[in-house]
Amino acid sequence: MSVDAQTVRRIAHLARIAVSEEEVAPLQGELNAILAFVEQLGAVDVSGVEPMTSVTPMAMKKREDVVTDGERAADVVANAPETEDNYFLVPKVIE
Amino acid sequence: MSELNELSLAEARDGLKAKRFSARELTQAHITAVERARALNAYILETPERALAMADASDAKIAAGAARPLEGLPLGIKDLFCTEGTKTTAGSKILENFTPHYESAVSANLWRDGAVMLGKLNLDEFAMGSSNETSAYGNVISPWRRTVDRVVSDAPIVPGGSSGGSAAAVAAHLCLGATATDTGGSIRQPAAFTGTVGIKPTYGRCSRWGTVAFASSLDQAGPIARTVRDCAILLGSMSGSDARDTTCADLPVPDFEAAVTRGVKGLTIGIPKEYRVDGMPAEIQRLWDQGAAWLKDAGATIKEISLPHTQYALPAYYIVAPAEASSNLARYDGVRYGLRVPANDIVGLYEKTRAAGFGREVKRRIMIGTYVLSAGYYDAYYVRAQKIRTLIKRDFEAAYAAGVDAILTPATPSAAFGIGEKASADPVEMYLNDVFTVTVNMAGLPGISVPAGLDAQGLPLGLQLIGRPFDEETLFAASQVIEDAAGRVSLPKPWWA
Repeated sequence: MSVDAQTVRRIAHLARIAVSEEEVAPLQGELNAILAFVEQLGAVDVSGVEPMTSVTPMAMKKREDVVTDGERAADVVANAPETEDNYFLVPKVIE
Repeated sequence: MSELNELSLAEARDGLKAKRFSARELTQAHITAVERARALNAYILETPERALAMADASDAKIAAGAARPLEGLPLGIKDLFCTEGTKTTAGSKILENFTPHYESAVSANLWRDGAVMLGKLNLDEFAMGSSNETSAYGNVISPWRRTVDRVVSDAPIVPGGSSGGSAAAVAAHLCLGATATDTGGSIRQPAAFTGTVGIKPTYGRCSRWGTVAFASSLDQAGPIARTVRDCAILLGSMSGSDARDTTCADLPVPDFEAAVTRGVKGLTIGIPKEYRVDGMPAEIQRLWDQGAAWLKDAGATIKEISLPHTQYALPAYYIVAPAEASSNLARYDGVRYGLRVPANDIVGLYEKTRAAGFGREVKRRIMIGTYVLSAGYYDAYYVRAQKIRTLIKRDFEAAYAAGVDAILTPATPSAAFGIGEKASADPVEMYLNDVFTVTVNMAGLPGISVPAGLDAQGLPLGLQLIGRPFDEETLFAASQVIEDAAGRVSLPKPWWA
């Protein structure tokens, strides 16, 4: 499979990365080189094979559903570009 | 005596214990070496004041007879590990001004054991690269140089990647050892390129908590150091269970250092025939044969084995890793931390921020990952790749079930290359660097790279040993045999100072 210029623009938008018109053609070439490389996976017989979900056989750790951390809003927002009263500020989302 | 920064980590530890020098003297020797080596660009951030304060605290501990396992030993930290109060960039512009309010589990374990932090080491952006050329903070220059027709070339060589700063700093004696991470070969390939030792332990041996995520099912931390023993000492401190990482194994940490002298008598070492790839340089094949001969001489049995799905590991990796990366890197949104480029609406803010903050390779991988996870392609790409991953793991399980204790392969298909030499329009050319290492991540196994010789241009070459899950001890034992037989690599004299 390969991608056309329109698909490159669509993927960029899905990935939330602004792409200029000049960037589309080189990206299309690079993405198609990678897609051509992974094409060989089509030759493998995977019938009856379970997809891997955990690389080492281990049961997932679980813990009591209780609060173990918190009360540190100032730490959480400390690296945010714009905040007010420990809230993150963003452009208006709802009219 | 040689300069203090030229000691091995084990020698420095023993010297501190015997009070032949102080932690402050040892740390100061490293700080001086780091300052003189800025041309290599191995450190993104130097933290000399913090290092000296930690060294003084170590000297107090030593004086009080309360020295901890890594007391007073100066280390470099790959800038992918979050360090509380010290900037952590992941090699990206998007985290240029990010100062964590927490400490990664791995680095916290090192400080718990008394180690000293010299600074944060350069890397490929978000650990995506094999040459350290994708860092937003500039290329790392390897301390190694080619010798062509008996003349030492001054053309800069890459240290490998993504842990290029870690490998270069260790090789140039700018720290006794360094933390690193490995998603597809990012510890073992730079170790091989710089004549150093690097181990990626079993998935789950080290906690991933507080390490900037690339591909969560593949990422694993490990050390790079100048000797097998030094790597064993460091891994012992870095490892351990952690309730905050649900994939971190609840297993006791073995005495890795004790395993170093175990030898290989009675072990069976597998040689996978599928690693004899087309166009492999004759000197790599010779090195591989030599490694097998060394292990045989030390009492191991050498056995040819088959890992039939080897050739599919790299293409499957270039689906799984970008898919996980596209998901993990969705968090860089210009809202909660990192760079923000203002826009009139929220989507514009996301798109402009990410366009300005991510470099080319990172954007490429996020986009490939987005594509293979998008509606209509998920089964054809992602699910198929995960099925192939199961087949790759089964290949290894069959070999181990047939009595193989460890597997010997070359670490890389070539020695280090020059900066800019693999900058073609085809990203796959660079990806092929990881052809021998990536299988190990796909199967979650431990793998170590150990220096074994030099190529015709005088650049180091490494061999890789792959072990059973959670059997790093056999890897330390076998790689010590190779280190003893090959002799310690004589690292480059400081042309940069």
